[in-house]
Amino acid sequence: MSEIINVKNVTYTYDDEDQRPALKGVSFSINKGEWVAIIGPNGSGKSTLAKTVNGLIEPDSGEVAVGGLELNEKNVWSIREMVGMVFQNPDNQFVGSTVQDDVAFGLENLGIPREEMLERVRTALEKVNMLEFAEREPARLSGGQKQRVAIAGIVALRPDIMILDEATSMLDPQGREEVLRTVKEVKEQENLSVLSITHDIDEAAAANRVLVMRDGQLIQEGTPETIFSYGEKLVEMGLDLPFPERLKASLKKEGIDVPKDYLTEEGMVDWLWTYVSKK
Amino acid sequence: MDIRFEEVGYTYQPGTPFQSRALHDINLTIKDSSFTAIVGHTGSGKSTVLQHLNALKKPTSGQVTIGDRVITNFSENKGLKSLRKKVGIVFQFPEAQLFEETVGKDIAFGPKNFGLSEEEGLEKARELLPLVGLDETFMERSPFDLSGGQMRRVAIAGVLALEPEVLVLDEPTAGLDPQGRKEIMDMFYTLYKEQGLTVVLVTHQMDDVATYADHMIVLEKGTVMKEGHPRELFKEAGWLSSMQLGVPSTVRFAHELEEKFEWIFDPLPLTTDELAQQMKDKLASKAGEGL
Repeated sequence: MSEIINVKNVTYTYDDEDQRPALKGVSFSINKGEWVAIIGPNGSGKSTLAKTVNGLIEPDSGEVAVGGLELNEKNVWSIREMVGMVFQNPDNQFVGSTVQDDVAFGLENLGIPREEMLERVRTALEKVNMLEFAEREPARLSGGQKQRVAIAGIVALRPDIMILDEATSMLDPQGREEVLRTVKEVKEQENLSVLSITHDIDEAAAANRVLVMRDGQLIQEGTPETIFSYGEKLVEMGLDLPFPERLKASLKKEGIDVPKDYLTEEGMVDWLWTYVSKK
Repeated sequence: MDIRFEEVGYTYQPGTPFQSRALHDINLTIKDSSFTAIVGHTGSGKSTVLQHLNALKKPTSGQVTIGDRVITNFSENKGLKSLRKKVGIVFQFPEAQLFEETVGKDIAFGPKNFGLSEEEGLEKARELLPLVGLDETFMERSPFDLSGGQMRRVAIAGVLALEPEVLVLDEPTAGLDPQGRKEIMDMFYTLYKEQGLTVVLVTHQMDDVATYADHMIVLEKGTVMKEGHPRELFKEAGWLSSMQLGVPSTVRFAHELEEKFEWIFDPLPLTTDELAQQMKDKLASKAGEGL
């Protein structure tokens, strides 16, 4: 598998007077087609890390390579064409007065011919299931719909990588589900690599690999199953406890022996079957 | 202090081509010292109801009784200030409203508007910081150098500084990490339990409703569909889903266990602790049968 993102020993401090670097010697890589989730409490450096990947932030030291190109002044624009970013607040990223104008904005900037642009806007909106809203005002959409339009804006540009920076954290549960489903679909269809920064357990569960950040450093790495098996430590890692882990903790309080490994809800039901039939 | 809505309706821009009806025929009561959750999907009228709780909006029809004050479309604005001291609202993303040079001054701003001196206001701020999980070293810091979660706490302290009898919270934990969410919700719960503060929580988080609220109001299309204890309302998972609302994870899983194991959970468990207690009995009795 080929690496699409490679970050080597990156350090970054926001303010010269600030003694605490936001990133301290962070290294990681993402393979093509992989979905990696970064978790960690507020202020652990997750968003800063994401911004180094498309050159919104220039590291004080260390190297970043995207799609085989080293991130530097000469390559930054080519790299930004490869990386699309969805931000936390859906209201802060709209520029167009209609949904389709908004999706077209990035294409206009690239000087794509009109015929092709219309086609790409249409296809992108179709992919996120928002085609019927093409003529609507973005302000009148729900949070989940707004984020799907933002994703369409990225899909239209045909990037290789999509970064979600807490893109579902301001949405209601329904909106969260809509967006997550859309990301899964689009990722498959477009063969994207995804980097998602999140506190949401379902979003982390969708990833192939989870990286845990704390105080500007990567402190853990593993599959979602491995990471989720840390049980109550997950809260310190900035993640909600998955429901089966919460129930396990409560059962333990009642003096019931529970398995140490991470259980999905299905796994929990299976374990209960065994428990009941053994008696 | 009770808050009561009687036949409340609210129409935006009435008598213009842009007129739109946000609320109609609302009857509800928020009891003194209760923890009431208001739920409803986006656009159901939650925010408009919330703005009636301290007369930021006056009903276009019907009346809202807040303590001993009756608010109708024709109420004058006189005396509303004291009402707004009694009912404090923490809006969504309240950190956007911070503006002072220091955290201390920002918290003291409200009390000063209600007649406290600068020193008294700062004293108040100093007392409140530990309550919202910050220490005294924050007094002199600029609110703009803080993290999002810390800013949120300062903004909440600013509302608490007015010593409201009713605290209204609009999605108070949106965008915070799980640890911060829990800390802030536990803080509100303590104020409700220990100081008898009336809390009104507008939220999408059904797990929070189950954990903290003793009363629940379901809004849909601008009116109240149902009102009652969460334990009663969460029994109707199908109905809630037709309102585009979910049930807490515990309730959902309890239903699944009931189907798979032919168990019956009564009363309906709302938290994992409640569920585990009932499961323990069932698992034990199963063991008994085997003997």
